[in-house]
Amino acid sequence: MHDRLKDEETSPFGEIGRGVRACVPVCISVGAYGLVWGVLAGQAGLSPFEVLAMSGFVFAGSSQFVALDLWSSNAAALPIGAIVLAVVIVNLRYVLLTATLRPLFAHAARPGALALMFLVTDENWAITVGEMNKGRATPLFLLGGGLAIWSVWLASTVVGRLAGSAIDDPTTYGLDFAFTATFLALLLGMWRGRGDIVPWLVAGLSAIFAAQMIDSNWSILIGGLVGSLAGALVEIWRQRR
Amino acid sequence: MTSPEALYAIALMGLATFAIRVAGLLLADRLPRQGFIAAWLRYIPGAVLAALVAPAIATGGPAEIVAALATALVFIATRSLIAAMAAGVILVYLVRLLL
Repeated sequence: MHDRLKDEETSPFGEIGRGVRACVPVCISVGAYGLVWGVLAGQAGLSPFEVLAMSGFVFAGSSQFVALDLWSSNAAALPIGAIVLAVVIVNLRYVLLTATLRPLFAHAARPGALALMFLVTDENWAITVGEMNKGRATPLFLLGGGLAIWSVWLASTVVGRLAGSAIDDPTTYGLDFAFTATFLALLLGMWRGRGDIVPWLVAGLSAIFAAQMIDSNWSILIGGLVGSLAGALVEIWRQRR
Repeated sequence: MTSPEALYAIALMGLATFAIRVAGLLLADRLPRQGFIAAWLRYIPGAVLAALVAPAIATGGPAEIVAALATALVFIATRSLIAAMAAGVILVYLVRLLL
């Protein structure tokens, strides 16, 4: 599953450890975000066991927030179809994320590579892509970061659910902004040059437009698609001249 | 108490999400390495992050805008994710206290 050349330089455990260490900063914001989600999950009527099951098995923060909006503690009133559809829409962007991880693997259709995709989140994907750009990313690096974030997500959402009654309103402590601040810093870390201005502006503006005109669940997908297409169009147009 | 319906919903959410994650890796093999599609794929990461961040800042109040500026400045100065995140959370907290 992993690259033999890279393994001669570093041991498997060294690579996993390097992935864990690279994800420590984002683990802090994932933990803060997880606490917020856990508190809200309690308000939406999820039991601690349901919090553990959803965080452990779905492991996708923004879609779990959307699911809370639709959740009902009354089993007969639980809109399962609407919840799953909303989760699919919010998570569709993972197709774009995991596709960019293809160069990590000699063969994509191996069980190990496919299983590893379970651990891909916005956070460790951004960090792994950053390492790929420096030529230092390996599947084990992704595994280490993914396991670290998965553990922190599981622990923080359960703690948030259990401590929910103590923290009535997460916005009081500014914790709700941890998500935006983290993604803003990750975005700035991806700056490659002036070619990024057009796709980032188009993505941001179309996401704002989509959030207000259509639905906030669509804004990430629409902004990401329109912005990246704009970037590619500008690049091809510059090459032709 | 946990109902079978709740566990069924969580199982479907998890399976659908995993299928999407796997589909991206498998589809990547059929996508070309050069030309328009390849250029498009290279721009997806930044565009997705910009689309995640922009609505949150645009729909926020003065606290979110001040905190976003602080986050950006601290990140540019330090290149540290923790410092940038902490600056953002602390400023949102302080500005909300003041307003």
